[in-house]
Amino acid sequence: MATRVVVDPITRIEGHLRVEAMLDGGNKIQDAMSSGTMWRGIEVILQGRDPRDAWAFCERICGVCTTVHALASVRCVENSLGIQVPKNADIIRNIMFLTQMVQDHVIHFYHLHALDWVDVVSALKADPAATAALAQKVSPHWPLATEGYFRDTAGTLKKFVDSGQLGIFQNAYWGHPAYKLPPEANLMAVAHYLEALKWQKEIAKIHTVFGGKNPHPNYLVGGMASAISLQSDNAINMERLNLVSGLIDGALDIVENLYIPDLLAVASFYPEWTTYGGGLGNYMVYGDLPQNGIGDVSKFRFPRGVILNKNLAEVLPLDLADPGQIQEEISHSWYQYPDGKTSLHPWEGVTEAKYTGPKPPYKQLDENGGYSWLKAPRWKGNAMEVGPLARMLVGFASGRTDFKEVVTAALGKLKVGPAALFSTLGRTAARGLETQLAVHWLRDEYNNLIANLKAGDSAVADTRFWNPDTWKPESRGFGFTEAPRGALCHWINIKNGKIANYQIVVPSTWNASPKDGKGQHGAYEAALIGTPMADPKRPVEILRTIHSFDPCLACASHVIGPDGETLAEVVVR
Amino acid sequence: MALRSQSTYDLLREHGVDRRTFLDYCVKLTATMGLGTALIPRVVSALETKPRLPVIWLHGLECTCCSESFIRSSHPIAQDIVLNMISLDYDDTLQAAAGEQVEEIRRKVMKDYKGQYLLAVEGNASTKDDGVYCTVGGDSFLNILKETAADAKAIVAWGSCASHGCVQNAKPNPTGAEPVKKLISGKAIINVPGCPPIAEVMTGVLAYVLTFDQIPELDRVGRPKMFYGQRIHDKCYRRPFFDAGQFVEAWDDEGAKKGWCLYKMGCRGPTTYNSCSTFKWNNGVSFPIGSGHGCIGCSEENFWDNGPFYERLTSIPVPGIDSTPDNVGKTLSVLTGVGIGAHMITQAVQRRNKPADDDKADTSEKE
Repeated sequence: MATRVVVDPITRIEGHLRVEAMLDGGNKIQDAMSSGTMWRGIEVILQGRDPRDAWAFCERICGVCTTVHALASVRCVENSLGIQVPKNADIIRNIMFLTQMVQDHVIHFYHLHALDWVDVVSALKADPAATAALAQKVSPHWPLATEGYFRDTAGTLKKFVDSGQLGIFQNAYWGHPAYKLPPEANLMAVAHYLEALKWQKEIAKIHTVFGGKNPHPNYLVGGMASAISLQSDNAINMERLNLVSGLIDGALDIVENLYIPDLLAVASFYPEWTTYGGGLGNYMVYGDLPQNGIGDVSKFRFPRGVILNKNLAEVLPLDLADPGQIQEEISHSWYQYPDGKTSLHPWEGVTEAKYTGPKPPYKQLDENGGYSWLKAPRWKGNAMEVGPLARMLVGFASGRTDFKEVVTAALGKLKVGPAALFSTLGRTAARGLETQLAVHWLRDEYNNLIANLKAGDSAVADTRFWNPDTWKPESRGFGFTEAPRGALCHWINIKNGKIANYQIVVPSTWNASPKDGKGQHGAYEAALIGTPMADPKRPVEILRTIHSFDPCLACASHVIGPDGETLAEVVVR
Repeated sequence: MALRSQSTYDLLREHGVDRRTFLDYCVKLTATMGLGTALIPRVVSALETKPRLPVIWLHGLECTCCSESFIRSSHPIAQDIVLNMISLDYDDTLQAAAGEQVEEIRRKVMKDYKGQYLLAVEGNASTKDDGVYCTVGGDSFLNILKETAADAKAIVAWGSCASHGCVQNAKPNPTGAEPVKKLISGKAIINVPGCPPIAEVMTGVLAYVLTFDQIPELDRVGRPKMFYGQRIHDKCYRRPFFDAGQFVEAWDDEGAKKGWCLYKMGCRGPTTYNSCSTFKWNNGVSFPIGSGHGCIGCSEENFWDNGPFYERLTSIPVPGIDSTPDNVGKTLSVLTGVGIGAHMITQAVQRRNKPADDDKADTSEKE
């Protein structure tokens, strides 16, 4: 008799996600359902508005991966209007993109994912001297690795626990047999949880310099609003650039001397997790970080491509404008398409919300019917995984030396082969390795900005098409990026100066998608299947695999089609 | 679970924080809350004697930008708040436990600390179709909000979602999203709008409640006056350019490079009540206007529907009008609009009366 494990809410993610897993007699997951339980309808709200405002609405899809929707949106409008932004704008956007990626990945590792591997209560048993020795061995260049430092941290933790109020740490799974770290490694990780929390607010200041605030910095159709003038005390000048440069140095230190050493140290205790959680084996990357304008895909730092069935020998091409490639399916989603259609390209898509789930409060969803506010996007009919693992694999398989170097070094340190990447731990490791690339690219992009300024180019915006009078009566376009969680694309139709259609397909919709009409699972579901659970009442294993994707459900479940007049229809069963 | 007896100072002392550091911390905290130095002893005394406040932090229809802003706070830092000032007992974004275990915690806090816990709400609730557009643990967020609010000591409505409705509440509001004040009555609600609010404003509000055991003085829309008492325009460092008639006329033009006033580019500073131009963002690094983009008015009610953002203010409806009884703010806003219109006319006349060259970049010119 199958047991059904329901985890709702999945915590330590952005947004609202529910997982239902069906276990066999041996407590191994044999089927799984991933359900997005929130929907806001932002595309409906965008109808009829000024396309130049769209970035601000889209940015509010998510405050964790803040900026990524704003970037995709301005690119989408620029693509539609035929605007090519100045080189400095591309570089500043790349700097903001990389800042976001580094900050987001570090927060994910320490504050959203680490507690799946780190037992906070076990850290109380650690010996501070032995912890210091471990920390010095793991990261010789990180200065906060003394016995006194760890004694203080252990003291802080002990008093906190003794106060009887564990706050966010209460009622968790401490002592669960799936936790494998020795007390010293746990204490080190707890100390670094706090260090990373202090640091994350620093790197965000790069966004504040160029975008005025973080979260939700400002973008601009046509470039950036932050004018550069080296002769002004009221624009981007040497003082501002020095601030950015110093913050990049701090980020390099954190990534190289804290995050990567901790990641490899923790991973080395969980070799079995290189065999669980692989899932689909299909990976997709749109590519990003233009070096010669967004139109020149061949010069992206993140190369574009698709890998099917874990076949690293072949990277397939991808076309976002081809209606035959990306389609959204709704067989198990709370939507309906007209004329009995089940699959549409985003440019042509029509969606009506149609809730067919149980009336809240409910106990369980129906795997044979609709069970999610997420649609099921598919590439040429295939379910795909997007995100850091996809990007590292496509970079690696494309033969890029920078990707090969970091991947090979990490696999060597963990003494595992490339097949280990197709797993929960592989996904978590790929995110770290990507951060390593990203933080060095951040320095490179800063240097590019300085070089371009030296060459006498200080332009940040092209305003020739700012005035709607210069626009064609009708146009359409798309804008893509590689968000921290994966491939993201916005599609727009502009008519008479207003948004006629707006459609967004986001990374977590790919990863958290429900089944399609052919019964193909989404990436989360596929990754959960086959994982054994030690104690079904305390679902640490489910959290590990789901968190390895870094879910962002506010992004995933905002989705509705371009047809603004349609209203939700609710059928409560 | 017994009520905690340890004060913030007890905990800090046990954590090895000496009295000098503690007092320094109190001074910064007092400044953050916008209070005079005379009140420092009261802050010190409060932190020495008050137990940590249990907090339930709920997430509804939202984007989590408020939580992200909160952890950017520089004084106090997030770690100090979570470990030392409050007891963050429930927060699905940071919680170690998940699923049933985390819902258990919420129910337990509601029971053990009946009437004593603070409810922090990020996001808002869908009111259409039984609230199916946002469910947590199988129940609608609307039900969860009402249930959790019933025995709360007070409610903090984080951000524009919880305070006003924000983006999902913009026309045509497909999910029937409504802010806390429209759903909960009979409770003290502190609205802390902004998309997101400034980090130090968020921590400042919490610190105030904790220190003085009372809700701060609120304005006509329920915002703490200490942080939302003035318009961004009133204290904007670019205000002299506005007064001198020196404006950015196009993105990246000479005026933009000189940091002139962004009013003509649609800046909402003149009608937006917030602390951006005083505290600034991310420990004072900058704020939207400081980085060359106008304010979009994100702490004002219905700001999403008062666009387009790049259209100058005189042509849009006056924001900030609400069903609340205070007509003073309404009148002020109207006067601001009239004042700006008159200012623009004067300036246009002056421009017509002088040679074209002067028009370009003469920063010394005064009206």
